[in-house]
Amino acid sequence: MLPALVPPVISLRAIGPVLILSVTALVLLVIDLLPPRHRKEHLGVVGLAGVVLSLVASLYLWGADEQAFKGMVVLDGFAIFFNLVIGFAVGLVLLLSLDYVRRQGAESGEFYILVLLSAVGMTLMASAGDLIIVFLGLETMSLALYVLAGTFKSRIESAEASMKYFLLGAFASGFFLYGIALIFGAAGSTNLDRIGVALASGAGRDPLLLVGFGLLVVGFGFKISSVPFHMWASDVYQGAPTSITTLIATGSKAAAFAALLRVLLSALRPAQAEWALLLWGLAVLSMTLGNVVAIAQQNVKRMLAYSSIAHVGYILVGVVAGGSLGNASVLFYLLVYTFTTAGAFGVILLLERNGREAVEVGDLAGLASRHPVMALVLTIFLLSLIGIPPTAGFVGKFYLFGAAVRAGYIWLAVIGVLNSAVAAYYYLRIVVVMYMREPEGAPTDVSPSLAGTLAVFVALCGVIWLGVMPAPYLDLAQTALAPLLR
Amino acid sequence: MTLSLVVFLPALGALIIALMPRGDRDETVKRAALAVAVLTFLVSLPLYTGFDARVADYQFQERRPWMPSLGISYHLGVDGISLLLVLLTTFLMPLTLLSSWHAIEKRWKEFAVTMLLLETGMIGVFVALDLFLFYVFWEAMLIPMYLIIGVWGGANRVYAAVKFVLYTLAGSLLMLVAILALFFQHGAATGNYTFDVPVLAQYVMPGGRTQNLLFLAFALAFAIKVPMFPFHTWLPDAHVEAPTPGSVILAGVLLKMGTYGFLRFCLPLFPQASLTFAPWIIALAVIGIIYGAWVSTVQPDIKKLVAYSSVSHLGFVMLGVFVLNAQGIVGGIIQMVNHGLSTGALFLLVGMIYERRHTRLIVDFGGLWKVMPAFSVLFMIVTFSSIGLPGLNGFVGEFLILVGAFQWNRPVAALATTGIIFAAVYMLWMYQRVVFGEVTREENRRLTDLTPREWVVLAPVLLFIVWIGVYPAPFLGLTEASVQALVSQVQAKAAATAALAAR
Repeated sequence: MLPALVPPVISLRAIGPVLILSVTALVLLVIDLLPPRHRKEHLGVVGLAGVVLSLVASLYLWGADEQAFKGMVVLDGFAIFFNLVIGFAVGLVLLLSLDYVRRQGAESGEFYILVLLSAVGMTLMASAGDLIIVFLGLETMSLALYVLAGTFKSRIESAEASMKYFLLGAFASGFFLYGIALIFGAAGSTNLDRIGVALASGAGRDPLLLVGFGLLVVGFGFKISSVPFHMWASDVYQGAPTSITTLIATGSKAAAFAALLRVLLSALRPAQAEWALLLWGLAVLSMTLGNVVAIAQQNVKRMLAYSSIAHVGYILVGVVAGGSLGNASVLFYLLVYTFTTAGAFGVILLLERNGREAVEVGDLAGLASRHPVMALVLTIFLLSLIGIPPTAGFVGKFYLFGAAVRAGYIWLAVIGVLNSAVAAYYYLRIVVVMYMREPEGAPTDVSPSLAGTLAVFVALCGVIWLGVMPAPYLDLAQTALAPLLR
Repeated sequence: MTLSLVVFLPALGALIIALMPRGDRDETVKRAALAVAVLTFLVSLPLYTGFDARVADYQFQERRPWMPSLGISYHLGVDGISLLLVLLTTFLMPLTLLSSWHAIEKRWKEFAVTMLLLETGMIGVFVALDLFLFYVFWEAMLIPMYLIIGVWGGANRVYAAVKFVLYTLAGSLLMLVAILALFFQHGAATGNYTFDVPVLAQYVMPGGRTQNLLFLAFALAFAIKVPMFPFHTWLPDAHVEAPTPGSVILAGVLLKMGTYGFLRFCLPLFPQASLTFAPWIIALAVIGIIYGAWVSTVQPDIKKLVAYSSVSHLGFVMLGVFVLNAQGIVGGIIQMVNHGLSTGALFLLVGMIYERRHTRLIVDFGGLWKVMPAFSVLFMIVTFSSIGLPGLNGFVGEFLILVGAFQWNRPVAALATTGIIFAAVYMLWMYQRVVFGEVTREENRRLTDLTPREWVVLAPVLLFIVWIGVYPAPFLGLTEASVQALVSQVQAKAAATAALAAR
């Protein structure tokens, strides 16, 4: 007799935040069909409302620790923390986009819908308890981002960004999926907890599993853009609309780290020694290559692309260090990085010269005398990226390197801080240009955008507040991690 | 609350000035900035009057939890080692701002904000008693100085500013790793995870490789800041390119942070390593004394000459600190103050003739005695103070340092003494070429003597130059108790470390 068919527990609560975002995206699809035809900003506003609602739902769910759909979806502090990071990222991106895409003549309903759909994918990745769900979230997010990168259809760089991102991304997804298949073959399950159990009971030496894990790292490495899987980053960051660059740099990275951490901590904890060694190498390569290549960049978006590769290296330092402090510092840094990067890109996005975006370093010359506030704000974001107190970036790095020192990875911390000194050179170059050079040619102006200014202001508050009063948020991250580290 | 007020009053003033409407004339901004600096000085005076010189421990302490889960607290306090440096900072700041009245020609508002933020950072460094808090101030101070050199500096300012930041940052980031390592080692050994300096100073760390490496990481950061001999190359660039107020603050206060760091952190935290490396550091200090003096002699630019003379003078301070006896350290502290006063005054004087002639080359001057008698007299007094003539402040510090050095090793002390002779050579030769003789350039005939504003700037500095020279007891007395405690602490801890190893 066949065993009784037990339907999986369906818990809408566990997928609440994802559900809100999905429904918002669907509502947007409908609103898009209604008049007015030529203005689409209201879609962005509705989308923003959805994001805020999902943030509120996440806050309301804080403290939950449950699994649903046969362990496919997990709603715990960890997921909720990342929901918040992703929610902030997407919210800031929507604010930044409201005026920007219209100014650039590329406003369309799909833009906002796709941003929301990518947010659905990201949130799902943070809650995934199963490799299949990780993949589902990853693809939902990525497909939306591929299209969004090509929003400026008429510009060749935007099309190139989209194409490149798609081709390489599809390739990485292939690796990822193949890795899942091999792991399934070795462990007999795609559920993270059950892989962990299989691993602990001696399957750890299974070459299938190790190869499968290696392939997963390739897939994740692509999404977080760590060296040597970073090749796409500079062109995509440069070509994509600046607000989408922000989304790729913040939200998608946070989501990929969420899934990576969960896979490492739930499924692969018994093999920590092996993957820590691997990630050690990736961290050093990413920090060093990212910073060194960034020095040579003349385009601010490209420079920030390499800087983001370097920051992935710093974050990986925390992953390698592990433990409560190491992982909490990763979570904290992702929060900090979201505000800092969104702010830096936000300022760049608000500047224009000769009716186009001011993205060359030279465009910023003399900004301090024409727009002192903008120059000051950008300087604060850059200082946070360098890691100068009292900005949040300093505290973030302090936690990351502190965790590394505690775990005995002194050399990794030394390499990290020396890299920070190298990084200071190219970030300060922008400050030099803004404060110490005279402008040449047409003036660079700030385009008046209430929403954009608001986004930059929110990011600025985040960077300063997290820099001055970081303790509660690190504690929050540690609480969020507790169930995963049991 | 006094200390918090002294630290954050300038920052508050900076905020208010930043929020002042754009339309305001520079004159309003200047007055506001000066008022804030004077007020800060007045607020810092109770530190002097209320300080009990018999107590070696920290006074005016303030302590509040900041990040309790990591053992980080907001902990401030002063003792005999830091008190004079705090007062030096609050004393020099109003004078510096007053000297900038015409020297700074553009963006006065930004300048005032930057200077006041810098003051908060500098005072914070001297009074922070939590390693994390100290590091925050230490790094935060970097950016204002960078902007002062880079925005208001001379022709090659960007290069100098970036070099300054990268040098300092490279050193201090390694110190950050060492701070973390110390934190975790102390926590693991005692179960008390804290960044509190007085608590960490109680901890007897096992001697050997770890302690040596930690010492070296701290020492590198401080040695770059001092700057000690092979790490000094950023200093001449920074000084030459910086505007007059930047140079005054750089020489007067910023360089003291390195030597202060050695005293406050390296000696009590790593006593064993300090003893191990003392001969090497003294060797570098003596090389710095002599090398700085020689290089000064051949400089054509007055400002560069004074910059290299700083390398020489700070070498004396380092010598005093690392002979590790009370005379040497007290002398070192007084010499820090003296150097701040006399080199600060030298930069002020150079700035005054630069404002008139827009050149700082020695060959462009000559015969100033005839056209600017008052200036020449003050310049002479400051020159003598810098050389270390008895009766002026420089003598007191250098004498005590040499007394300390003689107890440590006679040949070394003798070698260091030659530095004073060379100092007389380069300073007097420079003074002679600038001031004496006939007026060699026509432009110099029309130079005006000191204005009342310049008198106001210089008079207080000269007052202290003479006061410390004639009657140094009140200043020495402030530091002695704390220095004695420091010396016995270093010896006791080094002995305890040795006992630990012998067990």
